[in-house]
Amino acid sequence: MLNETGLWSHWAGHLAANRYQDSDKFEYFAVRSAAGIFDTSPLYKYRIAGADAERFLAGMLARDIRTCPPGHAQYTTWLDDRGFVLEDGVIQHRAPDEFLLTSAEPNLGYFADRIGRLAVVIEDVSDQIGTIAVQGPRSRDLLARLVPSVAETPFFGMTGGQIDGVPVTVSRTGYTGDLGYEMWVDAAEALRVWDTVWEAAEGLSVLPFGLAALYMLRIEAGLLLLAVDFDSSRYAFNDAHRSTPIELGWSWMFKGLADDGRAFIGRRALEREIADKTSRWRMSGLVVDWEDYDRVYGGAGLIPPKVHAPVHEDWMVYDEAGLRVGYATSFMYSPVLQRHIALGRVRPDLARVGQRVQLEFTVDHHYEKVAAHVVRLPFFNPERKTA
Amino acid sequence: MSAEPYDAIVIGGGHNGLVNGAYLARGGMRTLILEQREMVGGAAITEELRPGFWFTTFSYALSLLRPQIIHELELTKHGFLPLLMSSRFAPTPGGEYLWFTKHHDQNLREIARISPHDADAYEQYGHDMDRVCQAIKPLLDMVPPDPFSDDPEELLALAGIGSRLRGLDRRTFHNAVRLLTGSAADFLDDYFESDLLKGWLASSGIIGSKVGPRSQGSGLVLLYHSLGEHDGEFGSWSFHKGGNGGFTQVLARAATAFGAEIRLASPVAQVLTSDGRATGVVLADGTELRAKVVVSALDPRRTFLELVNPRELPDELVDTVRRMKFQGVSSKVNFALSGIPRYPPLAERDDVFRGFLNIAPSMDYLERAFDVAKYGWYSDEPYIDGAIQSTIDPDMAPPGQHVMSCFVQYTPYRLRESDWDAERQRLGDVVQGTLERYFPGFGGLVLQREVVTPLDIERLTGLSEGNIFAGELLAPQMFFLRPAPGWSQYRTPIEGYYQCGSGTHPGGCVMGAPGRLAAGQILKDGEAGRG
Repeated sequence: MLNETGLWSHWAGHLAANRYQDSDKFEYFAVRSAAGIFDTSPLYKYRIAGADAERFLAGMLARDIRTCPPGHAQYTTWLDDRGFVLEDGVIQHRAPDEFLLTSAEPNLGYFADRIGRLAVVIEDVSDQIGTIAVQGPRSRDLLARLVPSVAETPFFGMTGGQIDGVPVTVSRTGYTGDLGYEMWVDAAEALRVWDTVWEAAEGLSVLPFGLAALYMLRIEAGLLLLAVDFDSSRYAFNDAHRSTPIELGWSWMFKGLADDGRAFIGRRALEREIADKTSRWRMSGLVVDWEDYDRVYGGAGLIPPKVHAPVHEDWMVYDEAGLRVGYATSFMYSPVLQRHIALGRVRPDLARVGQRVQLEFTVDHHYEKVAAHVVRLPFFNPERKTA
Repeated sequence: MSAEPYDAIVIGGGHNGLVNGAYLARGGMRTLILEQREMVGGAAITEELRPGFWFTTFSYALSLLRPQIIHELELTKHGFLPLLMSSRFAPTPGGEYLWFTKHHDQNLREIARISPHDADAYEQYGHDMDRVCQAIKPLLDMVPPDPFSDDPEELLALAGIGSRLRGLDRRTFHNAVRLLTGSAADFLDDYFESDLLKGWLASSGIIGSKVGPRSQGSGLVLLYHSLGEHDGEFGSWSFHKGGNGGFTQVLARAATAFGAEIRLASPVAQVLTSDGRATGVVLADGTELRAKVVVSALDPRRTFLELVNPRELPDELVDTVRRMKFQGVSSKVNFALSGIPRYPPLAERDDVFRGFLNIAPSMDYLERAFDVAKYGWYSDEPYIDGAIQSTIDPDMAPPGQHVMSCFVQYTPYRLRESDWDAERQRLGDVVQGTLERYFPGFGGLVLQREVVTPLDIERLTGLSEGNIFAGELLAPQMFFLRPAPGWSQYRTPIEGYYQCGSGTHPGGCVMGAPGRLAAGQILKDGEAGRG
């Protein structure tokens, strides 16, 4: 049994390991220092195919899918007509008329209902495709032993091959902010592929890693988590729980917006937001001032807690005058930065690198403000990720 | 600005020299760091002694590094990465063992398996130690006040320490005094009944020091080694990516990024002085380099008796330094292994080796190992602090193979009947034989062995008598007595000549604090127009 803890959590109707052994931090270090293997299979996966598939997706997705040639993948988002984010996900351009879209929540109905007369077929292949992520500095060498073309695959590129006779598609994608790949295989053969990769990893100090380590890695990578750092506009009760892609820090997705001429859902609202500068927030990295943190806790006679396990809760953010200017949603002590870091949103005028703010903690059962400053995301961005 | 290209010259590119040079450069001084060897690091190096196998020749863990240094020198930008050691393992040859993981509740069950009594005693011990460490730790980050001075600032600093002590609760105060003055054995006996657990914990009370667990002073060594703080964990030790050589490479990059220059293969013969002030250094090859500030990162014996002419110093200081105790008792035996060793009761588990391996099944074992050292010989059943480091950092050995670092005690610098050149390989055999008793078949895994005796430590790093702390870390040589009464504030009687090595407060254990605190003094003196 790979999962020695005997404990499982639930993810999209599947069992998923939080950790495979006692220490999620040890799994985290396997990814940052060697490589880790993660079962991403519970992701929702949709095959979108047909002569009009690209045209259809160009209208559904906010990021221009036409800039993603076959054999490449793209991180994207889709919006409602008020310009609020419904969800995010990675889409693969598998063949000229075929795409594979991943998402954290079910989206089949939403996309299918908007096909209209276009020549597009959408199919839920979530249970048919197993996904195995191999992430970390040794992932390339490990996978290239099995699929040699992996060695040449660029960031967000795709390639294919066979592992133990099983056809696999490999994308250079992941959720760790490190060098890494995801393998897409027939679900019935996924276990065989996992075992083959596992055997090939013998002696390389590769470990399976669970959700707990993944959440550490993704915060350092500045990658947002649905239902933690933002909510889907579809199910929000009010606009306080909605976010625009600009507010989530995704403006880079729309660099070519002025020239692309697409009609996509949310376009007008998005253009208006950009033109009128009506964004309420800007997702930012927040780094806690270590001296001030130690001062506040030490002053209370406590050992300053420095816990790597992410806390997915609201943390209030204030400016230096004590006015509330935002909130953070994911917080942790980062091993690669040796600081407390948080993914948080602040008023756009304060989203400048080095801007000083304050983060609110509970110390001895009362609130205390601790100095922090704004940094650009991602927090951790090793050269090997894209090299 | 003077005409010389450097404002400050730091002698010694070990971790304290690098920390010091980095802070000086950060403070705006044109700084040159001189290292005698072809690589920086001093006693904190990692060497590829066999292709693909990286040995931590001497120092093998980031024990007490002060976290301020990580932040102030922006070390994470330069690759600082303390890796987690996820287990600790204390076996006996008889098959009994303690195996700790990162799971606290499981660790308590593990103790209860051996002694139900000791499980909650361990909680109480941990809490009591934390309280004492909390109280003591601020002393690591301060320049010791000078009790011999009439300067009101010094008296105020002394009073500050006094008032902090007065703020402690009675139990913590008493525990602190018991640790500072007593033995590790007496302290541990109050909590625990298990020999194995006590042997394990008492091991921290002897590291690097010529004391046994029942000697006065071992309490202080125990406390000292509990003052670590790594990756957010209070009281913990850690292991840097690439070993301690990986760490000193990070320091070198940081120092260079702040503008310091590092010159390798440049042993210093002498510090140049004129009219009682330092003017520069002369290298072994005769090259003269000028600077107003010269900092020695070497130990006090070299700083005061070799780099300068002792006649330039007050007799009292020279005499104190001559009487300073070094008497190293520690060795290293490092192995390249073709596979992971096996402990018979846990033959299928290689995860017991993901951290320190403690060979000290009882306090008696440690005490007996110490006994022979008192009479000038080395232990046949030594204490071993082992670590198969490639389980933590796989880049240190080829796939499936491993490097193992063994810190060994007691091996006194002065042997009564022989010398270390004659005994070196026999020491290796003793250590390998000891491991064989715990891990049958160990010898068959050994691809290569490196034995580093106290004499080798002295020859290669310059640490006198192979003392890993650059001078014993016991009460007569600590705080405002380190390295000598009246000279604990990093200055020397020679104007512009400073000391920043582990022989100054707060001492060794790859803390970096001496380098940092000394730089603070130098920069302060510079502003005041002194120095």
